Formats: sequence, structure tokens, C-alpha cells
Amino acid sequence: MTRRLVITGLGATTPIGGDVPTLWQNALVGTPGASTLENDWVERFSLPVSFAATVEVEPADVLARPETKRMDRSTQFGMVASREAWKDAGLDEADVDPDRLAVAYGTGVGGVWTLLDSWDTLKEKGPRRVMPMTVPMLMPNGSAGALSMEFGARAAARTAVSACASGTEALDIAIRQLTAGEADVVIAGGAEAAIHPVCLAAFSSMQALSRRNDDPAAASRPYDVDRDGFVMGEGAGTLIVETEEHAAARGAKIYAVLAGSGVTSDAHHITAPDPEASGAARALRRALDSADASVDEVTHINAHATSTPVGDRPEYAALRSTFGDHVDDLAVSATKSQTGHLLGAAGAVESVLTVLALHERRAPVTINLDNQDPDMPLDVVTGEPRALPPGDQVALCNSFGFGGHNAVVAFRNA
Amino acid sequence: MADKNEILTGLAEIVNEETGLETEEVQLEKSFTEDLDIDSISMMTIVVNAEEKFDVKIPDEEVKNLSTVGDAVDFIADAQG
Repeated sequence: MTRRLVITGLGATTPIGGDVPTLWQNALVGTPGASTLENDWVERFSLPVSFAATVEVEPADVLARPETKRMDRSTQFGMVASREAWKDAGLDEADVDPDRLAVAYGTGVGGVWTLLDSWDTLKEKGPRRVMPMTVPMLMPNGSAGALSMEFGARAAARTAVSACASGTEALDIAIRQLTAGEADVVIAGGAEAAIHPVCLAAFSSMQALSRRNDDPAAASRPYDVDRDGFVMGEGAGTLIVETEEHAAARGAKIYAVLAGSGVTSDAHHITAPDPEASGAARALRRALDSADASVDEVTHINAHATSTPVGDRPEYAALRSTFGDHVDDLAVSATKSQTGHLLGAAGAVESVLTVLALHERRAPVTINLDNQDPDMPLDVVTGEPRALPPGDQVALCNSFGFGGHNAVVAFRNA
Repeated sequence: MADKNEILTGLAEIVNEETGLETEEVQLEKSFTEDLDIDSISMMTIVVNAEEKFDVKIPDEEVKNLSTVGDAVDFIADAQG
């Protein structure tokens, strides 16, 4: 990589915090984000799963009312997170050339609530009542478009759509935009708002969700022998990625260096991860190579670790094959144990946490790990946040998505 | 059935909901596009909401003739008969 890229701003809205400071404090303590859903449709449809990790702060409490009517819930999350990141980076007081400002934003399904609400409206009230904003709200690039308008980003507004790898792949796109010289600053991240009865029913049908309805707080338990599926989450994360020259010229604070990324595909099965995990291992290798990092430099990993019986193991296999014995020295955080699985936003929120772990030299905790699966003997951070060593080091954030998508990003301390 | 003042008040509420403009700014002589800066998508949303609120039909080909708030109030009042 010819140009050094840095992270200068962070934003998030999640089940364990409506902003980055709250998210970070809760992630260090260990805070379960899941709870029983109060929506009437849970009972009406007798959903097999009656809980999820909904955002702590409703976007309607933060955004102006017309904004909530013109943006899908997922875009609302993306807007809240991106405004925080924009301000955090000091860009509200900077003079950024719009032609050098880009967006790279991810989502798994885009405006699924908008689409299905419109279908309900069509059936109940007829076509005249299907609102003209339906299409721009439901399209998966809706967030990228809305964010480009909000911040005047004219270089390009790109969208990553790779299921649960989307948020991480957006950072890979940001790296490409910046290294290609297409932009100096990229608003990167991901948003998801898919806690809809159809999504809960569909993920339940494929046996992907935890059914621990009697104890939602304990349901997301990556690496635990009693894990029985992931917990649906929602929210957004945004990172401001900037060339080092541009950040230095405006005297911006720097959280970390975005050192590299690796994106690969399994070509194995549409949903099941390759048990050999060769695609994940190749993504890890590419991320390390593009970051010009040796395996020994890595101290911390924010793992994909969704808490499904079949999903956690291949990631372990990929880590073992990539790092060899050094895997035992990695401080592994499985923060989905707290936030639930934010799908297309997961990699963005987890990248925010990885950047903060490097910046604050503390890895956040994993909760609900009562009996660690002996087949995955990782050094998982539990109880107290783990101090990361002084000096130069690398931290990784892993994301894997249905479709066989593998995405890994590598950060260095600034 | 509603008189024109009631229609104006109801229409102003719809415009406020869609655009965030204060209801007091929605006055009879104001142009939707020139004065209130309402784009075509917002205009169609306002029309559809007005149809429901006032129980009238506003045909698509009629919408282009509704350049001011007063035009819309008159049309709705006539349509209600």
C-alpha cells in the first residue's frame, strides 16, 4: 500500500449503546444487548424466537421527524452513526473537497422493513397508498446515497452487499477508493435493520437463531458448549477513513491505522462455511500481507464468532492454520455475545471496537462463556477487559457472510 | 366535508409531517415547488396522504395543476362537493 490510511472518526448506534462512548463502556464491562421483543407480531405469528438485540436508542428520538419518514430504519441507523463519526473526526469544522469525499457503506438486506410494509399497504389499501419514497428507501444503496447527500460526498458512493461480511467489506472498498486516489476521505461502515418477523421466521427455519427464549441475555454465547444459534441484532457503525496526509494537514486526531484487508469467497456452499475454512484463511493471509504484517505482530482479534454450533469452529480452524502456535497468544473478543449479530453492520461496529481496543490498549470482553468448547481452545477475553501490550501491534476484525463471503481488516496502532 | 380553512389546516399538517416545514408557512398563495421547495416525490406523498385525510381522489394528471397551496385547497373542496 502506497498511502497510509488512518481512522479519524468513529460513530455507532447499537443494542449496547446509542453512541460510541456508551458502546465502548458497555463493551468493556460486558453488557447483554438482547431482550424479549414487546412487538405484538411475536405472539400473532407464534414466532419460534421471541427475542432480539434492538438498538438502545431509537433513531426517532434523535432524528427529525421528516427524516424518519424518508429513510428506511437501516438508513436512519447509518445516518445517526455517520453524523457522530463525522463530528468526532472534526469534519464538521473542516473544509473537505466534495469531489475528494466518498462513501463506502454496507448492508445485508437494505430496506426490508420498507419493502414489507409497502406489501402490507398494497394488500390492505391498494396501490395508490404505496408511497413514492418506497423504492429509494428499500434499495440497498439507499444508505450510501443518503449519506453522500448528507455530507456532500461526490467522489463516489459505493455499497457493499455481502450479507454478514458487508460492514467489513465496506472498509475494503474504502481502502481501494483511497489507494486508487479516488478520494482523500471515506465515510465507511454498515447498517442493518432486519428484526422483522419474516427475517426471524426465515432465520429460524434454517436453524440459525438461538431459541433461548427464557433467557435472552444468555442466548448469544460464542465458543460456549451450549451455544445454540445467533441472536438477531440491529444498528450501524461508521468509521472515517482518511489518507494520512489529509488527516495531518488538518491536524486530525488519529485512532489507528487501517493497514490492510482481505476479501475472498468460498465457492463451497451458499450458507454453510467451508469446514476446511480455506477461504477464511486466505482472507486472513491477504489482510496480513496487504498490511505488511507478520503473524507475530497480531495481538488481538475481534472474531466473527456468531454463537452458532457450526459457524464458530471453521473460524477457529482458519485462525489455527494462519497463526500456528501464535494463535494461543491472541486476545480474542467475541463481542456478538453482547451486541447480538448486526448482520451487515456487524463488521462495522466490530471494527469500531477493534480500533478502540488498539487505541485504548484494552480488548473488550466476551460474555456468557461458561464452558468453553474444548474444540476451540482460544484465549477468549472474559470477565475483565484484557490489557494489550505497549508498542507496535496489529489487530484484526473478521466477518463471514452467507454466500461464502470472507472479509478481514487489519488495523495498526497509530 | 370540511370548509377551506379546515382543509388548509389539514394540508399544512400533512406538509409538516412530510417536510418538517412549520404549519404557519403553508399559506394559500405559496407555491409548492418555488416557495416550499417540495420535490415531486414529496408532492406525490402529500397528495396520497391528502386523498386519505379528506376522502377524495386527486388524479395524477391533476397534480401538475396544483401549483399553489390554494390550488390544492380549492381542488379538495370541490372534490368533496
